[in-house]
Amino acid sequence: MFYREAGDFKVSYPEDSQTFPIKFDRFRYYAVMAFAFLVVPFIINDYWANAILLPFLIYAIAAIGLNILVGYCGQVSLGTGGFMAVGAYACYKLMTGFPEVSMLVHVLISGGITAIVCVAFGLPSLRIKGFYLAVATLAAQFFLVWLFNRVPWFYNYSASGQISAPEREVFGIIITGPNASATATYVFCLVFLTFCALIARNLTRGTIGRSWMAIRDMDIAAEIIGVNPLKAKLTAFAVSGFFIGISGALFFAIYLGAVEVGEAFGITKSFLVLFMVIIGGLGSIFGSFAGAAFLVLLPVVLKVVGVDVMGWPTDIVAHFQLVIVGALIVFFLIVEPHGLAQLWRVAKEKLRLWPFPH
Amino acid sequence: MKKTLTTLALSVVMAAGPALADLVIPSLSYRTGPYAAGGIPFADGYEDYFKLLNERDGGIGGVPVKLIECETGYNTEKGVECYESTKGEGALIYQPLSTGITYQIIPKATVDDIPIHTMGYGRTSAANGDVFSHVFNYPANYWDGASGVVNYLLEINGGDIKGKKIALVYHNSSFGKEPIRTLEELSKKHGFELVTLAVDHPGQEQKSQWLQIRRERPDYVTMWGWGVMNQVAVQEAANIRFPMENFIGVWWSGAEHDVLPAGEAADGYKAVTFHAVGSDFPVFDDIRTHVVDKGNASGAGDNVGRVLYNRGLYAAMLAAEAIKDAQAANGTGDVTAGMVRDAMESLNITEERMAGLGMPNFGPSFQVSCKNHGGSGLVGVAEWDAGSQTWSQVSDFAATDAEVIGALITEDSEAYAAENKIAPNCK
Repeated sequence: MFYREAGDFKVSYPEDSQTFPIKFDRFRYYAVMAFAFLVVPFIINDYWANAILLPFLIYAIAAIGLNILVGYCGQVSLGTGGFMAVGAYACYKLMTGFPEVSMLVHVLISGGITAIVCVAFGLPSLRIKGFYLAVATLAAQFFLVWLFNRVPWFYNYSASGQISAPEREVFGIIITGPNASATATYVFCLVFLTFCALIARNLTRGTIGRSWMAIRDMDIAAEIIGVNPLKAKLTAFAVSGFFIGISGALFFAIYLGAVEVGEAFGITKSFLVLFMVIIGGLGSIFGSFAGAAFLVLLPVVLKVVGVDVMGWPTDIVAHFQLVIVGALIVFFLIVEPHGLAQLWRVAKEKLRLWPFPH
Repeated sequence: MKKTLTTLALSVVMAAGPALADLVIPSLSYRTGPYAAGGIPFADGYEDYFKLLNERDGGIGGVPVKLIECETGYNTEKGVECYESTKGEGALIYQPLSTGITYQIIPKATVDDIPIHTMGYGRTSAANGDVFSHVFNYPANYWDGASGVVNYLLEINGGDIKGKKIALVYHNSSFGKEPIRTLEELSKKHGFELVTLAVDHPGQEQKSQWLQIRRERPDYVTMWGWGVMNQVAVQEAANIRFPMENFIGVWWSGAEHDVLPAGEAADGYKAVTFHAVGSDFPVFDDIRTHVVDKGNASGAGDNVGRVLYNRGLYAAMLAAEAIKDAQAANGTGDVTAGMVRDAMESLNITEERMAGLGMPNFGPSFQVSCKNHGGSGLVGVAEWDAGSQTWSQVSDFAATDAEVIGALITEDSEAYAAENKIAPNCK
């Protein structure tokens, strides 16, 4: 019905191992990309950009980053909020220190700085695993937030300890600050998300990605067959840190514009991104997108339905939101522990066989 | 991505336009989360006043007020979502009740030409209207509060606090850090010693800070707290038997729910204030008649006359007066946010005007100007009486150290103007 695979032959290895080997999938992917790049920028308004699409794009980058670490390499991390803060503060210092440099460069360098910090905190992973490592990264979370709160140099000695993004441009288009148009900020984040997703997808199916998965599935066996655990773990921390740093920089500079470290990058942020990865699906790029979309959109949809349509009191809706999100997380993990990505995979299998179920 | 588009389509259908010709006022409230104890009474007071105007006078200048409530949970991301979703409805004025959210929306609202009124919170240097054209923090700001605390200590010590030790227990966020600079300046000026102790969000855990206070033995403790932090601090102070009469909070640490849990031990605790406490005003009779008795009270209706309820009421009153002025100046009932901003810039609240509203001496009289968005900065002190469970004003609204504060405001706002290349707004 949907998937007509008759006649969809592959005559070379690259064709057979492409990301979307089925024609229908591939064209759907092209259509989504075309829509995101060519249609949305012309119909987007402030509300859609600032309340829905920017958080979705930025959290998707963070989720991809964390998924590489947790989903592909099996190194549980609770330090995401802290690492995002590194990206944000690096970006702030770069923006204020080198105002004439393009934001593209600043965001990439912020990612690089975060990668270095992330590797430093990833070093204990060579000795400890699982729960103990989670606690070590938790320490990173608290240490980093404390550091940015404590050392005035990071927030340029402002009276309140807040950092605010000054107005900066990319190719002459205002990209940060209040005068940035919804289209500009959206496209800027979209470009970064596309770039991150493509890199992540290609890393995870190459040598490095395979060594990560080997470490995840059984580290002893991986070591015996010649995977270097030091290299595999630290590259996972570095790549993950790079993406999370980019998301932190965008989160501060493009989306919020002003940040207070304890409030914006607290432990709740770490859990939020972890939930995205778990609900979306561990070890899946699509899962990172799905998880981010789910957790960004659900509260907004509940609010729209509860307050604007039903007219319920705001506090009741806010409490229900907690209940519903919690219940959905539990429900998902029971029904489908591998997340939304697995649900999608199962649905696809069914559709490919339809109408002849086994 | 597919998901996004379906919801996109859905909510476009749902977000039908509002009925025009109402005065739209968003209420960015928080009735949930660790700060709800303070958020609920404020939101109730804010809402009840507009309900009263609608019931009694048919709105402001005959145009009904439409209040859109949006729950932020004191969270900046939700605050941004609330701002974006309400600004398109024709919002006239924002009162976010969160310093963090204020920092987020200052630049946005300036571009969108919507005024923000951050009464006693937010970015203090916004008092310089030359730089911050759309932000107003009359009648008093944090630095007035800090100076008010010091002035009160001077008053009870016969004008000399040289060599005294004052500890500041503050919420480790932009809100709590605001008074530090001012207190440092004042400590140089008056020769007292300042000890600062940070408490991390949400503020449940303060054992170590109070142990340190016990060790340092300060003569006075002042507190910049909000939410659950306040009651914990009062309780901890009672536990180490710190003399309550030497413990002074900022106005966000001076409500009933902050001191009630400590019971008798909280007797004598003080807090600075910029508006009257208690419900001994004619306006409350009207609220009871037109709102509460008709079963229309916001929330549970049990906050009428409480400190933060009064503050919400006061904020709503100032917003309504600015809208009245805007209507009078433009000769139309249907004002825009830009007109309201202009009216706020020339707002003049006199004793007679407040008395006419049934709120005699409810706050200090003040006059806003283009250069001064901060009002008169008069600060009083209220004291808690645990026996009768009431707050009462023990020190009248008095002037604060304009010299020290003015210099700091100029310095901070000019740095902001330079960083963001802002042209002076006043002629």
